[in-house]
Amino acid sequence: MSIIKAETHPLDDYLRTERLPHVWCPGCGIGTVLGAYLRAMKNVGLDSEKSIMVSGIGCTGRTAGYVRMDSFHTTHGRAIPFAVGLKAARPELNVTVFSGDGDLFAIGGNHIIHAARRNANITVIAINNFTYGMTGGQLAPTTPETGITTTSPYGNVESPFNLAGLIAVAGASYVARWTSLHVRRLEKSLEKALKKRGFSFVEVLSQCPTAYGRRNGMRDPVDTLKYFQKYAVVKNHVNPLEGVIEPNKPFILGEFVDAPEEATFEDKLWELTKSEFLHTSQAERSEWIIEHRRHLEILSRIISGRGEDNEQS
Amino acid sequence: MATESKTEKLLQKTGASLPRGEVYLIEDRCKGCGLCIAFCPKHVLVVSDRFNKKGYHPPELVEEEPLNVCINCGFCERICPEFAIFVKEKKKEE
Repeated sequence: MSIIKAETHPLDDYLRTERLPHVWCPGCGIGTVLGAYLRAMKNVGLDSEKSIMVSGIGCTGRTAGYVRMDSFHTTHGRAIPFAVGLKAARPELNVTVFSGDGDLFAIGGNHIIHAARRNANITVIAINNFTYGMTGGQLAPTTPETGITTTSPYGNVESPFNLAGLIAVAGASYVARWTSLHVRRLEKSLEKALKKRGFSFVEVLSQCPTAYGRRNGMRDPVDTLKYFQKYAVVKNHVNPLEGVIEPNKPFILGEFVDAPEEATFEDKLWELTKSEFLHTSQAERSEWIIEHRRHLEILSRIISGRGEDNEQS
Repeated sequence: MATESKTEKLLQKTGASLPRGEVYLIEDRCKGCGLCIAFCPKHVLVVSDRFNKKGYHPPELVEEEPLNVCINCGFCERICPEFAIFVKEKKKEE
């Protein structure tokens, strides 16, 4: 029995197939994680008409271009502010931020901790490949100690961020960490994150054979996954501050935080502004916003000083 | 291997059969990274000698009845970053 040739994939309904094959290098884990996310979306039964993917800049930022749903490729590090604003204006939409460690934690590090503090009802998927892949493998805030990159040729001397720990401390409702090898658990975790009301954060450790692995003895993507297989310890609900990743030492994967539901940022905003809008429900207000979008655009231009009148004067 | 004979004995004793899968591949999407080959729990995929449109070697299925066969676990489908490979359950012949 040999392999059967096929024309379409089961996930093709969720992908812009005309743009495939994607730009990621052979063996890159981003495609795997995107697949897990789309499967989780399918399992939860989310409507792709009502889902939005927001991404920043970088390799992972390119995902927004491959999903068959509304998506936005923001400026560097600003995926979170865009998503929080979107969710505040249109709470019925399911907003996911899909971005890399450099975009979310270096350039946009400020935004993500504040979104977690506010408990904005969005899902954030951060793919951590330990480096800035797209720009040529520079030192990132997640590069493990002694890791060799183009800007740390003698080994990194800084301690890396513990992303899951940082976001858990900032007050997120759901925090988990998996790798691109633990795809089934990642899928289940993403289902949970998508269903969760409140700020949910899933960190996915991934291989970067081209920029990081090549300089650290893992030229083949399989080597990095074998490394994950060797050192990953799956433990649920441990103290997230213990989840430090050190080279050649066991690191913890699992669900760190699964907090009971609290009022989200959008809920509080709605409570505060509903008397102003004179609407009875959030859905009604969303309809109103869609109806008056043109007027709101003009209004926001006038407020920010970008109106046509301003340009002339 | 010892475990295999154990499985064989158990299958004979209980009269149960392994679930079977059919492997499908969109050949021109494959970038030959080898993740499906390296992490297939039944080791039924190998690198082929063929080239696809992009010049990569897509995987090939090598099954040995009755035990070294695709059991429809779906791991290759999940680990494939290119949305190229997938499995479907094989209907039992009646």
